[in-house]
Amino acid sequence: MALEIGGKTIATDEEGYLENLSDWTPEVANAMAQAEEQPVTLTDEHWEIINFLREYYEEYQIAPAVRVLTKAVGKRLGADKGNSKYLYSLFPYGPGKQACKYAGLPKPTGCV
Amino acid sequence: MAKKFMYLNRKAPYGTVYALESLEVVLIAAAFEQEVSLAFLDDGVYQIAKGQNPKAVGMKNFSPTYNALGDYGITKLYVERESLAERGLSEEDLMPIVYEDEDDDYAEKPSVQVISRAEMAQIMAEQDVTFSF
Repeated sequence: MALEIGGKTIATDEEGYLENLSDWTPEVANAMAQAEEQPVTLTDEHWEIINFLREYYEEYQIAPAVRVLTKAVGKRLGADKGNSKYLYSLFPYGPGKQACKYAGLPKPTGCV
Repeated sequence: MAKKFMYLNRKAPYGTVYALESLEVVLIAAAFEQEVSLAFLDDGVYQIAKGQNPKAVGMKNFSPTYNALGDYGITKLYVERESLAERGLSEEDLMPIVYEDEDDDYAEKPSVQVISRAEMAQIMAEQDVTFSF
């Protein structure tokens, strides 16, 4: 699979995750969200989580498991955001999988 | 009831895939909420050494990931003192890995415990399950 962005082809795996993490740009995230069966328009709330995940990956070199993400978001952004209900409202396909994909990260370790 | 799981790490971090595989298994298995600890012995002590740079051998430096173990509820990293000494290393050569203690106002506490070979043997004997990498 591949994404077309501004005439450039960006390789993704069969589940839509980037083949090369260095290909990521904000436009890549927008294109992935638009390519969903039900296209998603990324809001500031989405970006808050996407940027958080990118920082987490930068620091620890892993995409966190969803329960680790939930806890870490709660600590950083407040309890009203660090819960499954909020995160699933933004990323209905699963905050781990979907948000990591938009953030250009690999699929979270342990995610099936 | 939670069982005691220990992951033994005996090999150098690069050159083979054991260290990375062990770390991935640990992170996946953390979801099962058992009592997990890690042990570093022999060349395994290099896995949590400071200042790793495997660029020249074409492998990713995955050592920052050990700092995420606390987020996964893994707070016991035992390191064998004799293994360090045999390699001319001391505790100062290891990454200062910490966890946040939820029961103590999220105070940062050290995860790494340097213990003697005899103490290590005793802790191993207390485990329900050990995985050797």
